[in-house]
Amino acid sequence: MAQGIFVITEQREGTFRKVSFEALSEGRRLADAKNVPLVAVLCGSGLEALAGDLEKYGPDLILVADDPALAEYTTDAFTNVIAEAVKAQDPELIIIGASITGKDLSARLAARLDAGLAMDCVGVRLDGGDFVFTRPMYGGKVVADVTIDGTPKIAALRPNVMTITEAPRSAAVEKLAVQVGDVKTTVVERKLEATDKVELTEADIIVSGGRGTAGDFSVLEDLANTLGGAVGASRTAVDEGWRPHSDQVGQTGKVVSPNLYVACGISGAIQHLAGMSTSKVIVAINKDPEAPIFSKADYGIVGDLFKVVPAVTEEVKKLK
Amino acid sequence: MEIVVLVKQVPDTESLIQIAGDGVSIKTEDLKWVMNPYDEFAVEEALRIREAQGGTVTILSMGPAKTVETIRTALAMGADKGVHINDPAAEGSDPLATAKILAAALKDIPFDLIIAGMRAVDGDNYQVAPAVAEFLGIPQITQVIKEEISGDTIRCHQVVEGGTAVIEAKLPVLFTAQRGLNEPRYASLPGIMKAKKKPLDVKTLADLGVDAGTAGTANRKVKIKALNPPPARKAITMIQGDDPVAQASELVKKLHEEAKIL
Ligand SMILES: Cc1cc2nc3c(=O)[nH]c(=O)nc-3n(C[C@H](O)[C@H](O)[C@H](O)COP(=O)(O)OP(=O)(O)OC[C@H]3O[C@@H](n4cnc5c(N)ncnc54)[C@H](O)[C@@H]3O)c2cc1C
Ligand SMILES: Nc1ncnc2c1ncn2[C@@H]1O[C@H](COP(=O)(O)O)[C@@H](O)[C@H]1O
Repeated sequence: MAQGIFVITEQREGTFRKVSFEALSEGRRLADAKNVPLVAVLCGSGLEALAGDLEKYGPDLILVADDPALAEYTTDAFTNVIAEAVKAQDPELIIIGASITGKDLSARLAARLDAGLAMDCVGVRLDGGDFVFTRPMYGGKVVADVTIDGTPKIAALRPNVMTITEAPRSAAVEKLAVQVGDVKTTVVERKLEATDKVELTEADIIVSGGRGTAGDFSVLEDLANTLGGAVGASRTAVDEGWRPHSDQVGQTGKVVSPNLYVACGISGAIQHLAGMSTSKVIVAINKDPEAPIFSKADYGIVGDLFKVVPAVTEEVKKLK
Repeated sequence: MEIVVLVKQVPDTESLIQIAGDGVSIKTEDLKWVMNPYDEFAVEEALRIREAQGGTVTILSMGPAKTVETIRTALAMGADKGVHINDPAAEGSDPLATAKILAAALKDIPFDLIIAGMRAVDGDNYQVAPAVAEFLGIPQITQVIKEEISGDTIRCHQVVEGGTAVIEAKLPVLFTAQRGLNEPRYASLPGIMKAKKKPLDVKTLADLGVDAGTAGTANRKVKIKALNPPPARKAITMIQGDDPVAQASELVKKLHEEAKIL
């Protein structure tokens, strides 16, 4: 009978995505509740030193697929290797962080294994031994509780939602025999922006701007820098060419769940709310007291963002 | 170039989504239905490729009778023909079952390239397109914002966290459209008139050789147990006054002491 929990971790050039630790922490909690082993899967090239980083979050076993052919993520190679490991170990549940890569991989893996997949989960709980997955649908306008028939079950976890909990233990490390198989895509190049830029979906704090900025994001950037956060944007700000597409938050942009989301000069259209409504604390700064964003925020200031935002930056500096 | 675009009809993103009496589905009566926004990018890209290279753009969509409107929209934008999988037995299929049905339909449609949306904004599953690629045994490149085809090779710029990856593969390939790929055109009036005369095949599961016992709500692997409204937020705290400095100070104090996030 299928048993145990797999967590597929994600790293690039030796650095794990934060969502991998979130997934491991969640896996540890569920494995304890079910009294089953937690297995971390680590794929890449030159991984000797990396297994130790995972031990902190409590896997019982770390399966390492270390091969030059896995240096870059390709759907085919990773699916082939992981599907083989899954077949050999027969876990009941596979958890993957729903990063862009995680979405690509979990969808292909689910099809390969004929496994049910709950994408972009914001919660997993046990109900009488059965896993219940919570996931937003319709841009977060409703939240579904779903169960999955058969095994393995696959859950991809929305980044930045689950808490990271350290639960160090010494894990057994096992090397997987790597058969990358037929790989039909080649990664020609990776173009990464400045590495000190915080990725929107992983940022703890996001300062977002809309039409109300009139294209001047400098005061928002100052606040974001002071807070160690990232800058986001409404679609209008992107359509106007003020910000790149990668900054867009919403139903046709990124879905983010930071601890703090500061919406400046954003009216709060339903498509924007779809991208940020699971933020833990929402602050709205808008000169129109009737702006719909105020109905979704925790704290609101009616005022001109060009006056309020710099003042907030100064106050934050005082705090530090 | 034979291009197939996977298109889904979804509720307009403006829609108010209400949970139906059964607690596991939504009320559909008052909804306005549109083409999934990401599929608009997919159709547009297909048309641009055909305009550059020649060939055929076929729209493939599974859904109830009204789906025909969305297929016609794609034909009015300029696609050449449509295939509509319309079978009550398929209604409510989960992403895996949907992908199996679409893949079965693709056995009868020639293709060099399949373009889909990166996700449908109803179920937000991000899943059907990669599953179709798997069932057809072809490579997938998801979340594409730029593509170039030369000969039998496609080179795609894929969004990744913090940048882009440039990925190459030999056709046939399936890629999914991300916002930034293009600006979709509107259907012109002559386009709408022409669309009425374009071929549109309707297929049932039996036509595709798919066993109805693998499809539909009853045969979902992923079972919806309950739909709930999103968790309610507590009432907003408005920071009063009109002196920005005083307001800022009060806000930061609240974020520090009350919300404890600074
Ligand atoms: C299919 C579809 C998908 C979409 N997807 C998205 C999406 O993913 N993300 C998204 O954001 N939108 C999306 N939209 C667009 C959405 O409907 C809104 O048009 C958009 O979010 C509005 O952007 P905004 O709030 O910046 O601008 P507006 O609605 O114009 O609001 C500007 C706000 O700024 C305030 N303001 C002006 N000046 C100041 C000032 N000096 N100080 C303080 N406040 C000021 C105004 O009071 C106003 O409330 C989508 C729309 C469609 C149809
Ligand atoms: N019923 C369907 N008919 C045709 N294409 C679909 C259907 N469902 C999903 N797709 C395609 O798969 C993409 C992703 O959908 P999803 O996995 O549901 O988020 C969509 O953007 C469409 O291109």
